[in-house]
Amino acid sequence: MSRGDSFSPRTMTTGRNTLKSGIVDNSFYTSDYQYSQKRNNKDMQDMAYKFMKGMPEFVKIVEVGPRDGLQNEKNIVPTDVKIELIHRLASTGLSVIEATSFVSPKWVPQLADAKDVMQAVHNLRGIRLPVLTPNLKGFEAAVAAGAREVAVFASASESFSKSNINCSIEESLSRYRAVTRAAKELSIPVRGYVSCVVGCPVEGPVPPSKVAYVAKALYDMGCFEISLGDTIGVGTPGTVVPMLLAVMAIVPTEKLAVHFHDTYGQSLPNILVSLQMGISAVDSSVAGLGGCPYAKGASGNVATEDVVYMLNGLGIKTNVDIGKLMSAGDFIGKQLGRPSGSKTAIALNRVTADASKI
Amino acid sequence: MPQLRKNIPDFVKIVEVGARDGLQNEKAIVPTDVKIELIKLLVSSGLSVVEATSFVSPKWVPQLADAKDVLAAVRDVEGASFPVLTPNLKGFEAAVAAGAKEVAVFPAASESFSKANLNCGIEDNLARCRDIASASRSLTIPVRGYISCVVGCPLEGRIAPVKVAYVAKSLYEMGISEISLGDTIGVGTPGTVIPMLEAVLDVVPIDKLAVHFHDTYGQALSNILISLQMGISTVDSSVSGLGGCPYAKGATGNVATEDVVYMLNGLGVKTNVDLGKLMHAGDFICKHLGRPTGSKAATALNKVTTCNASKL
Repeated sequence: MSRGDSFSPRTMTTGRNTLKSGIVDNSFYTSDYQYSQKRNNKDMQDMAYKFMKGMPEFVKIVEVGPRDGLQNEKNIVPTDVKIELIHRLASTGLSVIEATSFVSPKWVPQLADAKDVMQAVHNLRGIRLPVLTPNLKGFEAAVAAGAREVAVFASASESFSKSNINCSIEESLSRYRAVTRAAKELSIPVRGYVSCVVGCPVEGPVPPSKVAYVAKALYDMGCFEISLGDTIGVGTPGTVVPMLLAVMAIVPTEKLAVHFHDTYGQSLPNILVSLQMGISAVDSSVAGLGGCPYAKGASGNVATEDVVYMLNGLGIKTNVDIGKLMSAGDFIGKQLGRPSGSKTAIALNRVTADASKI
Repeated sequence: MPQLRKNIPDFVKIVEVGARDGLQNEKAIVPTDVKIELIKLLVSSGLSVVEATSFVSPKWVPQLADAKDVLAAVRDVEGASFPVLTPNLKGFEAAVAAGAKEVAVFPAASESFSKANLNCGIEDNLARCRDIASASRSLTIPVRGYISCVVGCPLEGRIAPVKVAYVAKSLYEMGISEISLGDTIGVGTPGTVIPMLEAVLDVVPIDKLAVHFHDTYGQALSNILISLQMGISTVDSSVSGLGGCPYAKGATGNVATEDVVYMLNGLGVKTNVDLGKLMHAGDFICKHLGRPTGSKAATALNKVTTCNASKL
C-alpha cells in the first residue's frame, strides 16, 4: 500500500542490528515459535502444532548447481570456473556438493572435463562430492579420477527413460545393479535419483505406484538415499503428497530426498509439504542454476538461497551460511553474465545495497 | 497425511489486485483504456473480485489519476465486484461519487511504517478508517481493510503478532467486512506466518480473513499453503506478478495469480478461475508493458503449449 516515491527506506538500522560484517543476517526473521499452552481455541493450537511437529530439526541440502545446474548451460563453462564454484560452495557449510557427471561427452559436452574437475576437488575436506555415473564404465572412470561417492538415475516413466537415457526402466536398473555391486566392493556409497515422479513430458501424470516401484528397486540394490525428482516441475502438494505416501510405505523416510523443479513456481510449497511429512534432505541449485529442458526458457532447479531462507524461517538447521552462499551465486552469475535465479538473493542484495548508504 | 489436507478449504476466493496494487508501481503511465481492457479480461477469466483503482491524490500516485474514468467504465461489468482504495474520507466521497460499491482502507501494523508511508500513526489511521466505516455503513458499502507489515517492517524489523492482532481486532470491531493481512516486504515464512495468523485468529473469525503475501524472497506460495492449511480461504494476488517491491528495488512484489491458481488447481481447490483466460489477461498487460510475465506457471505453460502444439 505504498505511495511510491514518498518513502526512502533506511533499512535495518535501528535496534536490531542485522548487518554484520557486510553480510545481511536474516536470522531475525527466524521462528522462536513457542507452542503456547494458553490458547483460546484448542483446535487451532492442535492444527498449527501438527503442521510443525513432523518437521525435522535439521535438513541436509544436496547442492546440485555444479552438475545439474551447469549441465544445462549452452556455453561451455571453463574448468577453472567450475572448480572455483565448487570451492566457494564448499565454504558455505554445504556438506554435499554434486561435482560433475561421468557421462559420455557426446551427450553432455558441458561436463567433458569431469576428470579434471574431480581431480581438482576430490580432496576438499569435510565435503562429500558425489558424481553421476550412468553405467559401469562411467563408474570406473569416476573412481579413477578420485570419486568417493556416485549417483545413478532411473525414471518412473518408461517413455522418459527411453528418450532420455536410451533404455527401458528395467534395463537401467540392471545397469545400476552392476554399478552398486562394484561400488559395494570399494565401499563407495551410491545415491539413486528417480526422475518424473509426478509428471512426464511424454506420458503425462505418473502413478505413485510406479515411483514407489523404482524407488524400492534402487533402495534394494543398495542405494543409501533416493532422491525423488519432479523433472518437469508440474507437481503441487496435491500430487506430491500421494506420491510421497506411496514411496514412504516401502522405503524408509530417512532414506529419501526431494528434488523439485521450480518451472511452475511450485517447488517451495512442495518442499514445505515434504518437510511436514518428515523428509529431511532437499536438493537445490545455487542461484537456481539449470533451466528446464522441456519448456525452453522456463526455470528448472529451485534456488538454494530461497530454500535456506525458508528453512531458516522455520527454525530448521542447515549449517549453511546464506551470505556466503549468495557470494557463490554472485560469482557464477557474473561468469554466466546473468542475474540470479534466486529471489532471496536478489532481495538481500538490494537490501544490503540500501544499508550501504548509511 | 489427512491433517495436512483436512482444513484446506474446498473453495478459495482470489482477490485480484493487479490493476491497482500491480499497476501503481509502474513508472510509465498506463493509458486508461489499457487499464479498462485489463480489468475486463480479468473478469472474463472468472475472477469475482478485481481491485480497480485507488482514490488517492494524483500527487502521490500519478499512475491512478484516472481513477474516476476507470471506475466509471467498469463498475457495471457483470460478474465481479470492483473495490477501490480510499485513504481518507475525501477519497471515499470521491469514490462513491464515481459509483464505487466497495472500498478499502489500509492501516499498518508498524508505527514507523505508518508514519513514513501514510504520514500518520496507527491510531490516527484507525480513526480515519472509523470515519470511512461509519460513512459506508449508511450507504451499505462494504469496506475491506488491508494491514501492511504483518510480519516485518523495513524500519522496525520483526513485527510482533500481538500488534497485528490489535489492528485486526480494531478493524473487525468497526465493521470492516474482510481483513487482508499483508506481508509488505515479503520476508515471511511459515515460521513467522503461523504465529501471526494464530494471534489474529484469536480475535477475528477466520472467514473475515485474507492473506496478501509478497514474493520478494520467493516465499509467497509456501506462505499461502500454510495459510490454507490453517483454513484461510481468501488469497490476494496479481496477474503476472505485476507490482514490484518498493523497498528492495528490482525485487519482485506481488505473487502471480497464475502461480496461485496452478497450485490451487493441483490441490483440488475450486477458484472458478480459468487459467488459460487468466494467462490471456496476463499476456495482454505484459505486451503493453513490454516485459515478460512475472509468473512461472504462465512462462512454462506458454512454452509447453507453443512447443507441443507446433509439432502437430
